[in-house]
Amino acid sequence: MTSELDIFVGNTTLIDEDVYRLWLDGYSVSDAVALRVRSGILEQTGATAAVLQSDTMDHYRTFHMLERLLHAPPKLLHQLIFQIPPSRQALLIERYYAFDEAFVREVLGKKLSKGTKKDLDDISPKTGITLKSCRRQFDNFKRVFKVVEEMRGSLVDNIQQHFLLSDRLARDYAAIVFFANNRFETGKKKLQYLSFGDFAFCAELMIQNWTLGAVGEAPTDPDSQMDDMDMDLDKEFLQDLKELKVLVADKDLLDLHKSLVCTALRGKLGVFSEMEANFKNLSRGLVNVAAKLTHNKDVRDLFVDLVEKFVEPCRSDHWPLNDVRLFLNQYSASVHSLDGFRHQALWDRYMGTLRGCLLRLYHD
Amino acid sequence: MPGKLKVKIVAGRHLPVMDRASDLTDAFVEVKFGNTTFKTDVYLKSLNPQWNSEWFKFEVDDEDLQDEPLQITVLDHDTYSANDAIGKVYIDIDPLLYSEAATVISGWFPIYDTIHGIRGEINVVVKVDLFNDLNRFRQSSCGVKFFCTTSIPKCYRAVIIHGFVEELVVNEDPEYQWIDRIRTPRASNEARQRLISLMSGELQRKIGLKVLEMRGNAVVGYLQCFDLEGESGLVVRAIGTACTLDKLSSPAAFLPACNSPSKDMKEIPFNEDPNPNTHSSGPSTPLKNQTYSFSPSKSYSRQSSSSDTDLSLTPKTGMGSGSAGKEGGPFKALLRQQTQSALEQRGGSPHRFCRRREFPFFTLTAFPPGFLVHVGGVVSARSVKLLDRIHNPAFVGIMGNTRSYKLLDWNSFNSDEPETRDAWWAEIRQEIKSHAKALGCHAVVGYSESTSICEEVCILSASGTAAVLNPRFLQDGTVEGCLEQRLEENLPIGCGFCHIPYDELNMPFPAHLTYCYNCRKQKVPDVLFTTIDLPTDAAVIGKGCLIQARLCRLKKKAQAEANATAISNLLPFMEYEVHTQLMNKLKLKGMNALFGLRIQITVGENMLMGLASATGVYLAALPTPGGIQIAGKTPNDGSYEQHISHMQKKINDTIAKNKELYEINPPEISEEIIGSPIPEPRQRSRLLRSQSESSDEVTELDLSHGKKDAFVLEIDDTDAMEDVHSLLTDVPPPSGFYSCNTEIMPGINNWTSEIQMFTSVRVIRLSSLNLTNQALNKNFNDLCENLLKSLYFKLRSMIPCCLCHVNFTVSLPEDELIQVTVTAVAITFDKNQALQTTKTHVEKSLQRASTDNEELLQFPLELCSDSLPSHPFPPAKATSVDYSSFADRCSSWIELIKLKAQTIRRGSIKTTVTVEKASPMGEGNFRNRSAPPCANSTVGVVKMTPLSFIPGAKITKYLGIINMFFIRETTSLREEGGVSGFLHAFIAEVFAMVRAHVAALGGNAVVSYIMKQCVFMENPNKNQAQCLINVSGDAVVFVRESDLEVVPTQQPTANCQPLCTEGEVTT
Repeated sequence: MTSELDIFVGNTTLIDEDVYRLWLDGYSVSDAVALRVRSGILEQTGATAAVLQSDTMDHYRTFHMLERLLHAPPKLLHQLIFQIPPSRQALLIERYYAFDEAFVREVLGKKLSKGTKKDLDDISPKTGITLKSCRRQFDNFKRVFKVVEEMRGSLVDNIQQHFLLSDRLARDYAAIVFFANNRFETGKKKLQYLSFGDFAFCAELMIQNWTLGAVGEAPTDPDSQMDDMDMDLDKEFLQDLKELKVLVADKDLLDLHKSLVCTALRGKLGVFSEMEANFKNLSRGLVNVAAKLTHNKDVRDLFVDLVEKFVEPCRSDHWPLNDVRLFLNQYSASVHSLDGFRHQALWDRYMGTLRGCLLRLYHD
Repeated sequence: MPGKLKVKIVAGRHLPVMDRASDLTDAFVEVKFGNTTFKTDVYLKSLNPQWNSEWFKFEVDDEDLQDEPLQITVLDHDTYSANDAIGKVYIDIDPLLYSEAATVISGWFPIYDTIHGIRGEINVVVKVDLFNDLNRFRQSSCGVKFFCTTSIPKCYRAVIIHGFVEELVVNEDPEYQWIDRIRTPRASNEARQRLISLMSGELQRKIGLKVLEMRGNAVVGYLQCFDLEGESGLVVRAIGTACTLDKLSSPAAFLPACNSPSKDMKEIPFNEDPNPNTHSSGPSTPLKNQTYSFSPSKSYSRQSSSSDTDLSLTPKTGMGSGSAGKEGGPFKALLRQQTQSALEQRGGSPHRFCRRREFPFFTLTAFPPGFLVHVGGVVSARSVKLLDRIHNPAFVGIMGNTRSYKLLDWNSFNSDEPETRDAWWAEIRQEIKSHAKALGCHAVVGYSESTSICEEVCILSASGTAAVLNPRFLQDGTVEGCLEQRLEENLPIGCGFCHIPYDELNMPFPAHLTYCYNCRKQKVPDVLFTTIDLPTDAAVIGKGCLIQARLCRLKKKAQAEANATAISNLLPFMEYEVHTQLMNKLKLKGMNALFGLRIQITVGENMLMGLASATGVYLAALPTPGGIQIAGKTPNDGSYEQHISHMQKKINDTIAKNKELYEINPPEISEEIIGSPIPEPRQRSRLLRSQSESSDEVTELDLSHGKKDAFVLEIDDTDAMEDVHSLLTDVPPPSGFYSCNTEIMPGINNWTSEIQMFTSVRVIRLSSLNLTNQALNKNFNDLCENLLKSLYFKLRSMIPCCLCHVNFTVSLPEDELIQVTVTAVAITFDKNQALQTTKTHVEKSLQRASTDNEELLQFPLELCSDSLPSHPFPPAKATSVDYSSFADRCSSWIELIKLKAQTIRRGSIKTTVTVEKASPMGEGNFRNRSAPPCANSTVGVVKMTPLSFIPGAKITKYLGIINMFFIRETTSLREEGGVSGFLHAFIAEVFAMVRAHVAALGGNAVVSYIMKQCVFMENPNKNQAQCLINVSGDAVVFVRESDLEVVPTQQPTANCQPLCTEGEVTT
């Protein structure tokens, strides 16, 4: 006696969250059954392995049919074939677009192209994530990227509107898309200590302050604005950043800046002497990073530079986080008192974001 | 012109890409009704075309309105080659034809293609202007309402229940026409779908005419079936119960004699008079003018001996009723006489059309209080027939010339066909009638008919429950003031229907009677089998359960008459064994009555399958069932004795366990109080087998196992041992689960609102090596048991719940294949309600208060309950970022990741947020946010249920019947996920199309939903499969009764629903 055909169709589509997770994780039906058996479900329910097999097959079939719709989540809402309560629809979408931390760290900042897709064969054993799951996650990144690439307006809003993701997940995707578009280097060894969250945090700050969309707060004529408001860094701004070079090139300005900071922080920092000794190096590092951002290659190396020029020197001197915060605050604020410096607004736009990023990046 | 049909094509969406070059489609729509076709403009290069067409107007006869479906075809325009069809939508406009149902059909319909399935959706608006021309009500029967529900629909009152209506229509199956060899599968499938749609429409119209003749205004318990007879054609047949219904909410509801519907009806005989000829040939088949024009003798001569059996399982008495005691005897006789005359009078009434056969049958399974007086027992009849091939060269010629298959053309050539089928059914019905008479009953309730076809052999089956009815519902005119009213009032509540309708001294077969355990005044049988639902007022102890008897019998492959004879010979043995199994299982459950009994005998090439399903109940009025005793044949063998006693103990244990499980603890009553003439309640039952009406001699088959007094299972060979074993293998459902095949589960009434209707299909392939009866039985038994186990597992999240209306269908599509299809609904119930006494008290008072306000508050509350859950996603974020909250968000997120990492213990870490985690976010967030992107786009929920009601809700309107037939075919079976993938998708699509039609009618549920047919054929070698599905049900509008109570408690959970970030709370 062999089962030729075995199906179950509910008027309301049954979604088993556990099986969905196994499916998303890329397990085959037999692996999924084995994992479910191990979870002790047979003992809990008194079911047999055959029942479990049939149930798993059913769910996998359903998910397979749903996958096409999940590629364009608004379709899932409009379609008539599967009756799914809205909360369940949200869960299906959210889980489908969820990604593994280990995986996203591997591809963050890489071009979402066929070439990278080939790398998945290596990423899969490295991260312990099934190839199937890697492909789904990669295709999700790519799909979101393709859809929002050419769109105007807020990146997060666009993603949310076209993929119906939760606020958090939409922000994460915004970061992924932003990184992929600007090709920031994140894979270097010295950046390995950083989590996706660290990068996502920085991405959001940069999107908010350094892109074209950030300038366009005022209700100007939409046609006059350029495309890709949130995706691309504001070229003009990056060009202007060269002007900051005067802060380190002009020796008087640099000394004045240093004395202002030192005066303000004397007695407040545990690492004051180290700071005093390193001030010029640190300041040079931060300003040079800004000045270099006109070149695409240097933009890509932004995080490498920040870690090399600021995070690592401070860490080697064992600065506590609070001291870093005090220093950066003072370092940015003191510039306002430099009479000879004319680019206060530019400085604030640069340093405001950079300060946030650096504080986030400064950990072990 | 009695009607104007208006159609507007609004828009399409999610269309498939038809032009590979541009990845777009140039779509236009053809709207066809009858022979008139309109076209929309081509909407260039879009997958979401906005046609926004003018109103296409069709001026048509109401006859056509009833018969024809509206056919909408979506095509892709192609300048250089033929336009490609994307798909079709058939819309049955019948619901627009009666005043109380839908007024407009408007909504998104899936565009369906028989090869590709659903391909996008189309928005259509349909309206009908009917001209009030009553004189036209001759060929059409507009205005007669149809209900699939087998009880009086919830918002109606039965003024009169007229009785049985039946009709059948025959045509050649387009699949078997010669033209099928040269046309595409798509064309063939569409021809079939269209033909069946036409035939259904015609059938319904004809049934409607009969109802009007009977002065009724509705058909309840309408069941329409298809017999795919293959070469010999396609039969569409329907049965139902004609009624005069009265809408409850109408102000005239309390003036039954002079309300509007009956007034209207009175004018109808007037209209009939001028045109008597149309009906003179017999109203059941107006098309039989050319009867016997050819080869009728052949079809009759080839009929094999029909083996018609009667399962009359219950004995009965003719004792007096009510407190009058013995005086009741003549009283009751009077009652019966009157009812009978009432029934006969209608049949033979001279001023109405001469009805050759009048059957006092009712397809209803639940009745208005007081309608059902006594129940006799199950009556059934089966007959084996040979289907005849149609030889008609003239027909082929015509078809070849015109390439059309207009129904009426065809019928004129084959008018003998309906006659033959009609005669077959008439024969069976006659037999049922006589069986009922033998049981002292004048009527049959819970009546149904079915067929099983394999090649050219067809088994026709009919079954029902013999009953005595209260005549006051059957007579025209006066409703109140019947003589019987007094009598009825005296009937004890909860046990009256159990009292035997038969004369005790003149029983048709020996049976054990006792005085009723409830009223102790009248005689009751020891076991009661019925095909109806448990009457609502019946006194029941404990809960009920699903009981199934399953049986297979091998038969030799044979041709024609030899085959039919072989089947005829096997049938009585099947019936006998199915009955024995049912009885044993019932006793094993410690119960004494079966409701909703449905015995299905399926014929295949080399085997017969029997599947009986029923709901076992312990009726308080009936005696406690005796146990099962096992006796061995070789009493001197010591070890054998031991084995027997071991088995006996196991059986006794099972009975005790079941009694506990189903909470069967009847009060102990001493024998003296009852005054029973029979000291021990013992089991005896009989299978009454008669040939047919014509055969005078009635051969009886004694089911009571020889002359033994007690119910004894004799183990004389391994077969019997197997039987006992199989008795004990039925596993009870896991705790928290109950199942039944009736409308309501006896013993559970605190339903909560969650329902899940489902269809499950399984096909197994038997290995041809072990084809013995035992192996076959075991395979079949395992198949059914495993299927049930799977259902329990799948629905475990609904516990505590009950599977209601569990409907198994068995078919044998091929030699070694067994297909089982199950449709049922799982309903949750509140287990704790009884325990929380204090709480319920409070709730009840709340409820009382709420019901007072219900009318006032329902609407606004409905609104807010709707709007809250429809915010599945957080709306777009504010444009500026709050840094502190952002940092919070990230840090808490990392915490979450750490947490996850620990629990998952894998290399990867999920970024997923669980709903629970997201839930702490406050209400405040929602106010700050703009509307979510998807708030207004969610598709309205349409519930589906095989039951006639929706728990926790009130049905406010019936919108008409849904009767849909679909064919799906594939030539890329593997690519569509094999047979399972193919059928899974198809059934999901069928559900979707039913829901879409209901939603377009303005409804939010389908009740009395039934999948009448699911014929699946595959040819894996050719990578092909085909499936036919026929479903029906009643589209309704319901309103939640509990809206008022649920909303305040749901509010917080509704807010938690969206997946949001926690950090926002701090802003």
